[in-house]
Amino acid sequence: MNERKTPPAGASPGRLLLIAAVVAGVAGAFAYAAGWFSPQRLTPAKVVDILAPPGGPVAGHRRNHAKGICFTGTFEANGAGAALSKAALFATGGHPVTGRFNLAVPTPTADDGTARVRGLSLRVRTADGQEWRTAMISAPFFPVATTQAFYDLQTASHAADPGAMKAFAAAHPEFRAFGAWAGSAPYTASYADTAFQSLNAFVFTNAQGQDAVVRWSFVPVATPVTVTAAELKARGADFLDKDIAERVAAAPQRWTLSVMVAGPGDPSADPSQAWPEDRRKLDVGTLVVERVEPEADGPCRDLNFDPTVLPTGMRTSDDPFPAARSAAYSVSFHRRAAEEQSYPRTAASGAKP
Amino acid sequence: MNAPRHRFTALQRTLHWAMALGILAMLFIGVGMVSTFGPRYLTLVSIHKPLGLAILLLALVRLGVRLRDGAPPLPRAMPGPMKLAARLSHVAFYVLMIAMPLIGWAMLSAADYPVVVAGWHLPAIVAPDPTLHSRLWDAHRFLAFAFFALILLHLAAALFHALVRRDGVYEAMAPYPAEAPASSAALANQRARS
Repeated sequence: MNERKTPPAGASPGRLLLIAAVVAGVAGAFAYAAGWFSPQRLTPAKVVDILAPPGGPVAGHRRNHAKGICFTGTFEANGAGAALSKAALFATGGHPVTGRFNLAVPTPTADDGTARVRGLSLRVRTADGQEWRTAMISAPFFPVATTQAFYDLQTASHAADPGAMKAFAAAHPEFRAFGAWAGSAPYTASYADTAFQSLNAFVFTNAQGQDAVVRWSFVPVATPVTVTAAELKARGADFLDKDIAERVAAAPQRWTLSVMVAGPGDPSADPSQAWPEDRRKLDVGTLVVERVEPEADGPCRDLNFDPTVLPTGMRTSDDPFPAARSAAYSVSFHRRAAEEQSYPRTAASGAKP
Repeated sequence: MNAPRHRFTALQRTLHWAMALGILAMLFIGVGMVSTFGPRYLTLVSIHKPLGLAILLLALVRLGVRLRDGAPPLPRAMPGPMKLAARLSHVAFYVLMIAMPLIGWAMLSAADYPVVVAGWHLPAIVAPDPTLHSRLWDAHRFLAFAFFALILLHLAAALFHALVRRDGVYEAMAPYPAEAPASSAALANQRARS
């Protein structure tokens, strides 16, 4: 056995105390890393919790943008995007798309006419095995500048105290612009004539290794037809889903992907500030929506449109939102995946139209 | 046959301490990343995945080395239940070191996420399946806490051997190259062979 001539063996209180102290120290550091000593820490779980509607989250569905419809189609790249990014998806050619039109509402049964913000999520796969996932909204800028403010906004809007929203707006001047947009921007009667914006800034890198900070929009080829809020309400709770299914059944629907390059000093970390319209814009391809399918059995149902799933040639910028969204989407996905049984598929029972 | 060795081989000790650091970092990064809403989330995830894969590969190498080189015998004076606990804990460590990265990989596959690790595109190891994803996620989380608890026990036992029992069990895996007073011929023999 070991013959080191160090102090004799024995369980002195000092030695046992030392062992206990080391173990407790490591355990304490772990608890600190996990945030157990910092209950005020903003966690993705808290953010997903606060998004719940008054009656609690609807099991099996997304925790936000809960109402949606799936589609498949093609992204037809015109090759111009290669000037900005070496991602294979910008090389001339068609790439398969799985996507989802959706509404920024916490329940899947919301009335389409009541949703101020619409969304478009995409997964584009390329032959090299890479993927681009993006989730965009129809607002021209985000309501708030920081991820903490997003949480505070949700907290205020769910608060029983009517003064909470006033206090929030007073503390977040950027929210006024969003309020003005929400109160005055015209509604359109279709997903097909709605424009969708990334709002978040990303960095594109081209084959020459040059970086460009960009945001993008999917601009409808269809001419927008505006309708009043009263007309929308008269159209029935699911008119957007019906409309897009009918339009796509009649003919593929198209959006142009327009990439905007930031000018010097444009705020990339603050999605509540739009960049000036005169910035360099590049039309890099067309999204062609070819087939619409109900979500319950559709290919978008079990996809997490995590905006940080990016191919080589695209990466996140100093914009803090994509990371936060990735963290929160992951929690939302995990929760609804666990509740898969609560959102039955209809195909198995033969009820699919 | 040579006299039984008193220490793990240099390769085994190197693997042990390198992996100890890696696994501890992994567990801290894991609990840290799931509780952050900040930009550090992506940084932590981008370390968590390649480090997990590295641990899986090192664990497989280490298992091979362990099967080839064995382990020094536990002291004869050690009580039977303590020996049993030591052996079972080693089995648990190998199971966790190999299962945790595989569960993480399968969990991403079941969620239909592309599994990109440090720029490498790994294949999916299970088909997309939300229920399976959520079970694997729960398992990954539960086993991470179990792993950390096991590490705390292991640390306490190692210190108990080093400071209280002083029976050479800690020295068998100690990070320093050779025992300071190494007087035994068996040890010299062992070093000469390795």
